[in-house]
Order: sequence, then structure tokens, then C-alpha cells
Amino acid sequence: MKSTEARRAFSQIKGGGGVVGQGIEVKDLVVERGKREVLRGITCTVPTGQVTGLLGPSGSGKTTLIRAIVGVQIVKSGSVTVFGEPAGSAELRRTVGYVTQAPSVYADLTVRENVRYFAALYGLGAPEAERAIDDVGLKEAAGQLVGNLSGGQRSRASLACALIGTPRLLVLDEPTVGLDPLLRADLWAKFHALAKAGTTLLVSSHVMDEAGRCDRLLLIREGRLIGDDTPAAIRERAGTDDLEEAFLRRIREQVTA
Amino acid sequence: MILLATTQRILRQLRHDRRTVALLIVVPVLLLALIYFMYDGAGNTFDRIALTMLGIFPFVIMFLVTSIAMLRERTTGTLERLLTTPMGKLDLLFGYGLAFSLAAAVQGVVATGAAYWLLGLTTMGSAGLVVVVAVLNAVLGVALGLFCSAFARTEFQAVQFLPVVVVPQILLCGLFVPREQMAGWLEAISNALPLTYAVDALLQVGQFAEPTSEMWWDLVIVAGAAVVALVLAAATLRRRTA
Repeated sequence: MKSTEARRAFSQIKGGGGVVGQGIEVKDLVVERGKREVLRGITCTVPTGQVTGLLGPSGSGKTTLIRAIVGVQIVKSGSVTVFGEPAGSAELRRTVGYVTQAPSVYADLTVRENVRYFAALYGLGAPEAERAIDDVGLKEAAGQLVGNLSGGQRSRASLACALIGTPRLLVLDEPTVGLDPLLRADLWAKFHALAKAGTTLLVSSHVMDEAGRCDRLLLIREGRLIGDDTPAAIRERAGTDDLEEAFLRRIREQVTA
Repeated sequence: MILLATTQRILRQLRHDRRTVALLIVVPVLLLALIYFMYDGAGNTFDRIALTMLGIFPFVIMFLVTSIAMLRERTTGTLERLLTTPMGKLDLLFGYGLAFSLAAAVQGVVATGAAYWLLGLTTMGSAGLVVVVAVLNAVLGVALGLFCSAFARTEFQAVQFLPVVVVPQILLCGLFVPREQMAGWLEAISNALPLTYAVDALLQVGQFAEPTSEMWWDLVIVAGAAVVALVLAAATLRRRTA
């Protein structure tokens, strides 16, 4: 636990200079997958200690942007830095937690075995694993095989593995898909608690009712950024309280412009 | 340590899959028994074939198990996730190597024990050496499986690598036709295939009471081939993908 804090302090000194307050900086990012240009020159920033929502329709490039931020995506041009380091660099692998869209945990292991394994990758032991399991409310199911869990429990098991070692940045790709409303509310409360404690969160979603729960929103459509503001500012600019409507108006503006 | 944690994790996965464990242990013994009855009364043919099979089984089985396991890591997204953690590529590859070699050691001890005590296999050299060759063959199978899984996108494709990578090695290793009787070009191909050396090492154990230098060279070549396959597998394992 001590060493995690030391590491955190260390990378803050190292990565903090000049980019205070910015967790992620994306500049002119272009990504091609297959023959298709999925991201067409995205520039944006994600502030530290806040929950930033990445919103956009299915196929708009959210997952690709997320993959570029965690450093597993081959990019054509542009740059992505996280806490001042190039995305995917060895140091960042200790400080970034990543939850993929489909729960990426081992179905043939129990919840506890999965989380303990991920804890071991960060040099942490069983108490840290139990804490993470507790955090996502899977204490009772800890001894069950992930393959026998419900969809919602599976995604929480996957989330627990990302909470190991209290990462400075948590990147979550559609973490609330298929969860019941109560659980979704729980998780969002959890995200805000983490942000309050200093964690930077980037959460993607294609459900607009989740947008209102974010401190800041990035709206993307067809590989382009069409909005980067607080939910309140986006509502105000569009002249509507309905974020979905605001998003639609923004799209229409773009189309006619 | 990440390597050992990974080894442990893979063995745990195996342990939860009891049917696979049972198949891994029992099937080689049953097949050896089948060979025993096929060659009943055919002199020492059983000894030669059973000895060769003790090397071929772990190679084939571990190749298959590893290709599928690694493919599952890719398709379920766990591989992508692991590559965003402090884990090194070699931790993963050697983790698989170590875990399945341990499984192969158990399998090898059981199969070799059954061959000697139940089926009356006789060799000039020691049964311990047979187990050593069997485990080394399993490592070779794991290494080739890790490498080949990079070229498969589906389970169907992964399974097709068996006839491509494994079957030619079995056909040309000297089991069906003694290597000296092969056409020159076939023998040249046979010389380039690692399983040939593993089988030769086993036949050396069969013929000589003491380990021969030829046997040690064979083992060095098999180990070298496994290392080359692991290095190639590491090269195909990219943190960044399209």
C-alpha cells in the first residue's frame, strides 16, 4: 500500500510539470482500423480528479479512442499522453486501470482467484484483492466461478480487477451495460467517490441518461469530437435541459455547417 | 513474482476443468494399452512404438491445449487487458510454458509408469530419461502452440494448425519409415523438424543402458527449437494491435 502511494507521488512530480490538472491529452489523433478511418483527428483533454463521460452512438469510435488511451491501439498519427507520459508506456501500466467492454476476466476461475491474480500482477496480496471484491459488492459471490455469474456480476468482477492498486486513471468502456438501475446508481456513486479521492475517470457510454452523471462530457460522432464541456454548459448552449436533445442539436449544427 | 502468479493462475484454470485433467492423464495410457494389444506377439515392435509414442503424446496434446488456451486469452480480451498491466510478455509465455510442463510431467510420469509396469515396456536406458524427454517434448509443443496461436483468429483455425505443424513431424520422425530408408529430400525435411530429434533421443534410451552423447545432442536441439519458438511467439505478441 505504501509503495503505491510512493509511486503515485513520484509520477506526479515526474508527469505533473506544465500539464497540471490534465490527466489525458489527445492531439490530432487519427486511427485507421481496416481500411476505415475510425478516428479523424481528435483533440481533447481529460481533467484529473473528475468523471469524464465519453458519449457517442455505437460505432462512433469510443472504444478505439479508449484503446489508444490505454496504449493498445496502433495509431496512424497524432499523440496521446497520460499524466505527461506517452500512452502505453511502461510506467503507466502501473497507474492506469482498464475495463474492456466485454468483461475480460477468466470464466473458469472464481471471482477471488481472478482478482487475486490481477493483484499479484501489481505485486499486491490477498487483502488488496478482498478490498476490491468488497468495493464492487461481490463479497458473497467471491467463491463462485465467473462463468456461473450473471452478466452484471461478471462486469463487476471485471471492474474489481481494475480497482487493484488504486489506479490514478480508470478507463471504463461501457461499464454499466446490462446492469439493473440500482446497481448502476451504486456504481456511479462509486465512480464519484473515486474521483473525490483523486482518481481520474474516463467512462464511455452510449446511454444519454448517464451523461448527466458526469462532471464533464466528450461527445464524439463518426470519429470526430463534436462537444467537450460540462453537462450544464452543453445544455445551456443547446437551449434544452434534455442532454439527448442537446446532443442531437449539436449533430444537426455539424451537418449543416 | 508475475511469472509464478501466472503459472499458478493457468494451473488453477486447469484444475477447475476436471474433465480435461482426467483426459490428459487417462487417454495416453489407454492409447498405449491399445498399441500393446495391436502388437501383441509381434516381438519388440511394441517397445519401439510405445517408446516413440511416449514422446509424441505430450507434444501433440500440449500443442493443442496451448493453442486453444492462448486463443481464448486473445478472444476474451484478457490478453489485451494483461498487456496494459505491468506484466511482461515473457512472464505470460513462460507462465504457459511452466504450467503446461508441470502438467506434462504428471502426464509423463503416469504414462511412462503404466508403459513399464502394466504393459511391460523394456528399454536399455532408464525410465527417468524417458520422462525427461516427454517433458521436453511438451515444452516444444507449448512453444509451437503459443507461436501458432498468433496466426489463428478462431478455434477452427487453431485446430487446423495440428495437421499443418504437428502431423508432418509425426510422419517424418522415423516412426512409420526408418529415416535411413527415406528419399534424400524427405530425410532432409525430417532433419529440419524438431520432433525427429526427440524421437531419436527416445530410441537412444531404448538401445543403450547409459545416456549417449547423441541423446544429449538430440535434447539440446529440441530445447533449442523450443526456445526459438518462444522467441518467435514473443515477437508476434504485440502490445499494440490494429
